[in-house]
Amino acid sequence: MQQLKPVNVVIAGGGLVGLTLAKEIGARTSLSVAVLERGEPRKVSDYAAGMDELDYSLRYRMMQNLAEETSTHRHSLRDNAVPIRQYGSFNPGTGVGGAAEHWGGISYRFYPENFRLASELREKHGGRLPEDLAVQDWGVSYEEIEPYYWRAEQLIGVCGKAGNLQNRRVDGGNVFEGPRSHEYPNPPHKMSYAALLFEKSARELGYHPYPVPTATLSRNYTNPDGVSRAACAYCGYCTRYGCMIGAKAQPTNVLMPVLQKQKNFSLRTGCNVRRVVHREGKAEGLRYFDRSGEEFFQPADIVIIASWTLNNSRLLMLSKLGEPYDPATGKGTLGKNLTHQVSASTRVFLDKPLNSFMGAGGLGYGISDFDGKEGLDGFNGVWRGGNIRLMSTGEGPIASFGAVPPGEAKSDWGSEWKKAALAWHDRSINISSEAEHLAYRQNYLDLDPAYTDSFGDPLMRLTLDWTAHERAQGAMLGQIQTQIAKAMNGRPGPTNSRLLERYTITQYQSTHVNGGAIMGASPDRSVVSPWLQHWQAHNLWVVGGSAFPQNGSGNPTLTILALALRSADGLIDRYLKHPGELI
Amino acid sequence: MKRREFILLPAASLGGVLMYTLSREPLRVQAQTGTTPGAIKVPLRFFTADQAHVIQAACARIFPTDESGPGATEAGVVIYIDRQLAGPYGRDKYRYAKPPFVDSVPEHGYQGKASPREIYREGIQQLKDFASVPVAEQDRRLRAIETTTFFRMLRQHTLEGMFSDPMHGGNAGLIGWQLIGYPGPLMSYREEIDKFHGQAFRRKPVSLAQVVGHPVTGWEEEKD
Repeated sequence: MQQLKPVNVVIAGGGLVGLTLAKEIGARTSLSVAVLERGEPRKVSDYAAGMDELDYSLRYRMMQNLAEETSTHRHSLRDNAVPIRQYGSFNPGTGVGGAAEHWGGISYRFYPENFRLASELREKHGGRLPEDLAVQDWGVSYEEIEPYYWRAEQLIGVCGKAGNLQNRRVDGGNVFEGPRSHEYPNPPHKMSYAALLFEKSARELGYHPYPVPTATLSRNYTNPDGVSRAACAYCGYCTRYGCMIGAKAQPTNVLMPVLQKQKNFSLRTGCNVRRVVHREGKAEGLRYFDRSGEEFFQPADIVIIASWTLNNSRLLMLSKLGEPYDPATGKGTLGKNLTHQVSASTRVFLDKPLNSFMGAGGLGYGISDFDGKEGLDGFNGVWRGGNIRLMSTGEGPIASFGAVPPGEAKSDWGSEWKKAALAWHDRSINISSEAEHLAYRQNYLDLDPAYTDSFGDPLMRLTLDWTAHERAQGAMLGQIQTQIAKAMNGRPGPTNSRLLERYTITQYQSTHVNGGAIMGASPDRSVVSPWLQHWQAHNLWVVGGSAFPQNGSGNPTLTILALALRSADGLIDRYLKHPGELI
Repeated sequence: MKRREFILLPAASLGGVLMYTLSREPLRVQAQTGTTPGAIKVPLRFFTADQAHVIQAACARIFPTDESGPGATEAGVVIYIDRQLAGPYGRDKYRYAKPPFVDSVPEHGYQGKASPREIYREGIQQLKDFASVPVAEQDRRLRAIETTTFFRMLRQHTLEGMFSDPMHGGNAGLIGWQLIGYPGPLMSYREEIDKFHGQAFRRKPVSLAQVVGHPVTGWEEEKD
């Protein structure tokens, strides 16, 4: 193993979080920063040749190579886990920019009460809550995080319409959201036919549709760092692709242009971090292999773990840092509160062509009338809801072919089916939902005892299943989706709620897997502090979706980015002045 | 692969140009095998000629050539599948394929050891004289295996070969995209997204290579 010259800050992971922290530290201090990224370099000019549905959407060409590393899954403590052998329920990223290169750009804020959910639910429902519920407060309030949401929205140029501006209700925005200090940096997008139809029908039903907030630009935009990007062209090659004109916010077009000018910054690609080296409550640096297989030790004064959410917890476990969570006793903190997100969708079949190949990751309308704490009174056993949206995300010709209304064909191959599929092609679209996934004692992460990665290290094991609450959420959302589909004069297909009977690894749900190294006000119940500083090593920071005590209903990226910006402030403005545990 | 195996495909259907009507009626197209001056010899990368004929016949039942328009035969789906199986996908270069292999619940999907290449080899074994039996018998045989891993894969690959970019070997002459009115990976709908509401936007399709102005290679061309 080769020992390298020390740097001030070493960061594991060159995705949205790692590069954001590097940019902030580089811009505001003279510290040397080295980012270690296991994948390859990327640039926006690579992406035009990647407008290929087969290789990028169906074969996951931008994502982690599962042959080398994946996770395992089991439904309960009684089961044996098996590996996630091919892509399914979530898509971990790799390479410069990570998953934020191929995300869809949807940029929700969480609700104010999400950050104090344990207190909120106890106050409202007391003893009626399920016994296995493990929700916790985040240790940071919405009011504290609001300025960081605003900074995050400016950084990536979010487009939308405020529904709550400094506690003033604004119709046309999400009227149920928490108060915003500012209007969105950019206005909403032009809308597709299907999205307008959804908006009209939802409004006529008495709901409150709003344009889905998104970080693909509705107009040319220059952010506070002076980085300019072009307006979206609605090509539809968005989610699972890199944006070839840079309209979608990606670390390669938002952060790299700034970082490339910073003298003290270095980005080393092909460097796979294996361990945090630590001694007596202090992180000493990172051990990694480069692409030729040579092992290095990079010493540093400050170590930041900023890899994809599950990999953050895994790196801590492999490094034997912190006490692993034991679901039997409830002791330990590392690996607890694993959450995903509750997905339900209903396909609506319409009488006119939709041109569904046009669009963008977040182009469309949503309602939040059954989201957060809203609208749940008529739904027994639902404590938290979810959004309901219709988005023209840009459907590819392969994946979109073959959707026919129930009863139109007896089979899914042959002449009769082909005729029906052609007749209905481009006349259907999903009304979809994501609901909050609460944390439960039995859903957690640990190292798998049987399966290993290409380095011989144990894979991360997910023990995860749905409960009656998620099934009730899915049933509620499916009911409203079907109601709106009918109001659109459409024929609703069945709601895809079978996915919620048991957790399923074969169908994509979202990449919004969170928890495992959660934040909180007390070291007894969390891995990192509200500043995302590790409780057992004050010069170690663990930043990302791994810090969520439980999941919200909105897409988590904006919250991850806001937490990263707040973490950077804590590190730069407080920690560097007085190294130690931040209060 | 040293073997020199070929499949003969009718020249006039491969690369033939179809029009798509704005009323969303695909034009009636006959597979013009009888009238062609010749046939194209396409070299195979993975299949033997016999295997290719079995797969071609099966794909033609999954996505038939009939009164609703051209099918898998005209699109060259068998060439697409041949190239996928010869490439990294076919040998599981990107699938977690480490033991132990354990049968699990349906929610865990395919947990087997066999790669797509092995699944096809075994699947074709069960369909040996498939290409030479009447279509009703072909349909009956496919119906009998329609829930198997092999058939689900074959059905999915047939759709991929119909509707993926022609650089991958299928969708010959953009015949699949014409059939469904897909214009190809155009770079901008800035002027169209909020027009054409409720109205089909249909253009003569273009391939990715035509859009970017240079040849593009698919992942299947990646060397070991």
